[in-house]
Amino acid sequence: MYRSVIFTGVVLAVLMEGPGSAKAFTAYVSNEKDNTVSIVDTETGKVIETMPVGQRPRGITISHDGKLVYLCASDDDTIEVIDTATRKIVGTLPSGPDPELFVLSPDGKRLYVANEDDNLVTVIDIESRDVLAEVPVGVEPEGMGISPDGKVMVNTSETTNMAHFIDTDSYEITDNILVDARPRFAEFKPDGSEVWVSAEIGGTVSVIDNASRTVKHRITFAIPGLRSEAIQPVGIRITADGKKAYVALGPANRVAVIDTATYAVEKYILVGQRVWQLAFTPNQKTIISTNGVSNDITFIDVASDEAVQSVTVGALPWGVVVSPE
Amino acid sequence: MTMETDMRTGILDGTARRSFGPAQYLSCLAGIMTREGVRFLNQRERFISSLVRPMLWLFVFAAGFRQVLGVSIIPPYKTYVLYEVYITPGLCGMILLFSGMQSSLSMVYDREMGNMRILLVSPFPRWFLLVSKLLAGVAVSIVQVYAFLAIAWFWSVKPPPFGYLLVLPALCLSGMMLCSLGMFLSSMIRQLENFAGIMNFVIFPMYFASSALYPLWRVQESSPLLYHICQANPFTYAVELIRFALYGQIDWLSLGVVAGFTALFLGAAILAYDPSNGLLARRQDTGGNT
Repeated sequence: MYRSVIFTGVVLAVLMEGPGSAKAFTAYVSNEKDNTVSIVDTETGKVIETMPVGQRPRGITISHDGKLVYLCASDDDTIEVIDTATRKIVGTLPSGPDPELFVLSPDGKRLYVANEDDNLVTVIDIESRDVLAEVPVGVEPEGMGISPDGKVMVNTSETTNMAHFIDTDSYEITDNILVDARPRFAEFKPDGSEVWVSAEIGGTVSVIDNASRTVKHRITFAIPGLRSEAIQPVGIRITADGKKAYVALGPANRVAVIDTATYAVEKYILVGQRVWQLAFTPNQKTIISTNGVSNDITFIDVASDEAVQSVTVGALPWGVVVSPE
Repeated sequence: MTMETDMRTGILDGTARRSFGPAQYLSCLAGIMTREGVRFLNQRERFISSLVRPMLWLFVFAAGFRQVLGVSIIPPYKTYVLYEVYITPGLCGMILLFSGMQSSLSMVYDREMGNMRILLVSPFPRWFLLVSKLLAGVAVSIVQVYAFLAIAWFWSVKPPPFGYLLVLPALCLSGMMLCSLGMFLSSMIRQLENFAGIMNFVIFPMYFASSALYPLWRVQESSPLLYHICQANPFTYAVELIRFALYGQIDWLSLGVVAGFTALFLGAAILAYDPSNGLLARRQDTGGNT
């Protein structure tokens, strides 16, 4: 009797967790215009909840255990902390003025925040809520990338058109590298060998060699039937195996798929209007894009590089992060 | 020619005994279908031209309209689609439309050449002969549609695999509707030359005033009148039926409308070709040197 119950339980568990069954994750989307965060089930593509947050929410990330979401409330000059279990704002972090984008250290203890109006990168200790350092960088800092070992942080400044390499122990800038106009985003390859920096106005992605700190390649984009000014690369994500990179191309309404070995653009995936940021699901089967002007997010299947579904969220979706569980 | 001898033996058998079993019906159907198939195979230009037409639309026309869509998501699509993806079901409908009219053209030709008489004097019921002729026409069109879908696949129009299977009944029904419309029209045409009129007054208006080229919401934005014309056009529903089926869904409204119009056109065609009360009888032009 008991055995059969246990057996049934095991069978059910296997069926529910069986191979091929899509695992549900939760995506958090910051909606810049209506000051909300949309919480979306990644399996059903349904918006579970839309929660009100601070003014002009943009950068969004999540703690490694998935319990807390950090959100840049740019016009409130603060970082809000959201409890993912209760879906309530449980606290704030002292970010300095106009935080736009940030990155969490690999150990999950520190946040590196770009303060767009102050030309600073603020380093915050999450537990003590202390500001550990303020690093002066170029004008209008935005993009933030961190090396997998956590030793090097890269910030891009939109107006200075530079990528600043910052040592995370001394908080000193070690290298400044000129890239194309209006660099928006910096992303390290998972092996730490390269940093990819997108340039919105320049329309390129610069691949910087982390060892020599030089631009080793510039990726350009061309979409038939689209004028080149419409191609404005912003968000970048690289797969965990380091083989493919996805670049959001802004008003081109496309996400470019790039082979990281050859730097060749393999495909342009049509998504919604003004695609801004990207996030993988933890199993790397899906990548989600935020499409600001069309107020939706698009789920892209990573294996086939096909857009699967677009889901309407709040007004002007900006950033997206997916829970680890 | 073998067909004609088949038919003649059929006639002889028929005079001997009036009732037929399913086997005879099937052999009659097979005969008509074989004839249509052989005719199709012998007209290689027709096959190529039937593929070139939608391909021109796909490669040339759609290329210029790439930016037309990508603004709004309409069912059955779950995300933004390129114009070539949108236009593909419409082009499948176009193949069925042209092919359906072409087989009705062949009926006019048959009548002028006298082949029609051989078909119509067969002892099988008139409706059965017409339906067989229709099925043969539909089968030929469906082959063309699948050939086109295969080419479109290489042009990145890739519906889900089961869509290719589910679209088959949708193509059959839509094909039946358009073929029976063609057949009904063919009963009213005396000469082959008049077929150009069908082209201008039926095929083009039906094709352009439908959801084949533009989504209806976009038509509505530019002209509410045109939108209502599109809504009244049975071809719109044929295209939508194919579109939904290709993406694994059933659009019940379209299914109902297409099924209804198929019954209507088929009934009208059978009536028109009925010698006792049809239009044909009054004109006495079943072919030959009348």
